[in-house]
Amino acid sequence: MHLRVENISFSYQEEKKILDNINLHVEKGELVGIIGPNGSGKSTILKNIYRVLKPDEGAVFLDDEAVYQMHVKKAATKLGVVGQENSIPFDFTVGDIVAMGRGPHKGLLESDTEEDQRIVMNALKQVDLEHLIYQDYRQLSGGEKQRVIIARVLAQQTDFLILDEPTNHLDIHHQLQIFDLVKNIGVTVLAAIHDLNLAALYCDRIYLLKDGKLVTAGTPETVLTEKNIGDVFGIHTDIMIHPITKKVSITYLPESLAETEE
Amino acid sequence: MSERTHFQKSRDRLNMKLVITLLIFVSAISILLAIGIGPVSVPPKIVAAILGDRIPILTAILPKEWTELDAHIVMQLRLPRVLLGMIVGASLSVTGVAMQALVRNPLADPFILGVSSGASATATLGMLFGVFHFFGRYSLAISAFLGAAITIIIVYSISRVRGRINITQLLLTGVVTAMIMDAITKIITLHAPNALGLHNAAFWMSGSLAGAKWGYLQLPFIVMLVCIIVLMINYRSLNALLFGEETAGTLGINVNRMQKLLILIASLLAGVTIAVSGAIGFVGLIAPHITRLLIGSDHRRVLPVSAFLGGILVVWTDVVARIIVAPEELPIGLLTAIIGGPFFIWLLKRNTRF
Repeated sequence: MHLRVENISFSYQEEKKILDNINLHVEKGELVGIIGPNGSGKSTILKNIYRVLKPDEGAVFLDDEAVYQMHVKKAATKLGVVGQENSIPFDFTVGDIVAMGRGPHKGLLESDTEEDQRIVMNALKQVDLEHLIYQDYRQLSGGEKQRVIIARVLAQQTDFLILDEPTNHLDIHHQLQIFDLVKNIGVTVLAAIHDLNLAALYCDRIYLLKDGKLVTAGTPETVLTEKNIGDVFGIHTDIMIHPITKKVSITYLPESLAETEE
Repeated sequence: MSERTHFQKSRDRLNMKLVITLLIFVSAISILLAIGIGPVSVPPKIVAAILGDRIPILTAILPKEWTELDAHIVMQLRLPRVLLGMIVGASLSVTGVAMQALVRNPLADPFILGVSSGASATATLGMLFGVFHFFGRYSLAISAFLGAAITIIIVYSISRVRGRINITQLLLTGVVTAMIMDAITKIITLHAPNALGLHNAAFWMSGSLAGAKWGYLQLPFIVMLVCIIVLMINYRSLNALLFGEETAGTLGINVNRMQKLLILIASLLAGVTIAVSGAIGFVGLIAPHITRLLIGSDHRRVLPVSAFLGGILVVWTDVVARIIVAPEELPIGLLTAIIGGPFFIWLLKRNTRF
């Protein structure tokens, strides 16, 4: 399963381009991150891939098949999405919500089988929520809701996941848990990530985005440099390779310290 | 908390076969009792005997111990009326469910969003000018359907901002559209009272089952059955749609097609129902809400259960409408409004929590 995004441009109205000629690719088994400041277009790229928005120019290919030509149901068996909007104004149990992930695999009159129930239960176990299966989803905390949605996408059993800031609302334990999880189940992932250290820790490659344009791309070591982060985010940092993780570790410097260092 | 969990657990394991059997039983009892109650009361035993007499095998066995008058009241007046009540109640309830899925809000109801008023307006127009006469005996139902469809499309598209329904805009648009449509109905009925016969302004705006005849039952029954079946087939899509358009799309739902289907079904159900009963408000709000309290929001369960509850609700409200000011009759729509209005306000207050 690999993804190619070719020359995508997108704008809401004619005037301002939200995305300007974006090219990116994700190879099988990779976890690729998109980072950038608020409003830089991270979510917009993802939405153009999972067909909520239609690019003005360019195309998206999943295994060389144009995503926009794919049947909606077929697309949902290949591409799992955790978006940012996860409220539901009706009373559903956690189990009901996770079971919705089985929908794309079901014919019109087909009902859920024991196999489906097993998949649902398994997905809930993976996010540590099996004890809440009969709970009303609306009564959960923000973090629990997020994990239920992740369980839903796991139950969908797609080879490719698109995650739009999947660890929003989560405490640090569950942030790590979610990334460990998607890293370990061997799926291919494209994720918009807010936290640069998390991106450094888990991503195989990173795309750095500013004002709808790609600034640079590559491994965390090449992308997450003091200069790049300074240019894009306008902050000072101290960056080193952490002795234990052997990954890039970023320390944000307050204005006062940054000046003395320079 | 643990009690709640326990409740949910037992709810999740609800045996739907048992629930449906129970509902069929309650509906049958309701029909039997409701037939007997009215200005002239007929004991349930006699009602059962008269009904049983229509079943060929039983005719020979059962003793005939009722008068011709009883038989006439039961077969010609009450039975079609009660059955119509069941059909109208079920249709309105399912209309509510469909509209609530469409706008992702449990406050949607054909009456509150002006759909009933729209259907009444075009129905009166149709009757007066004979605009839809080429449709023959279904002209009234079809003109009401068109009004319902136009209103839903107007209200829906005005309150849809960037792919999301703005609930304030939705309710306000609904109220204003209802006012406009009611005004049109009033103007028409005031100016041509004779041409409209039984169907006067009061009928359209406060609803009534009083004119029920056997001939009125067929079309609403077929439409109700077809619409419920189509919705049942799509129950997964309805569930996913409650998450919003974006998420539903990622779960393999053709959102656009589903929304069009819901508009079509809600208009059909509302239009056909209103053509025979006028606007009976709030059923589409109350019945689905009680249903969700009892069995959750999964449409596979909500659709059949809310249909039965809607039917039972309308049958009993109609009984009250028949006897509360006897020998006069209260329009049933007034009663549902008196119960439903406060219910809506309670729901509105409660709903802001989520």
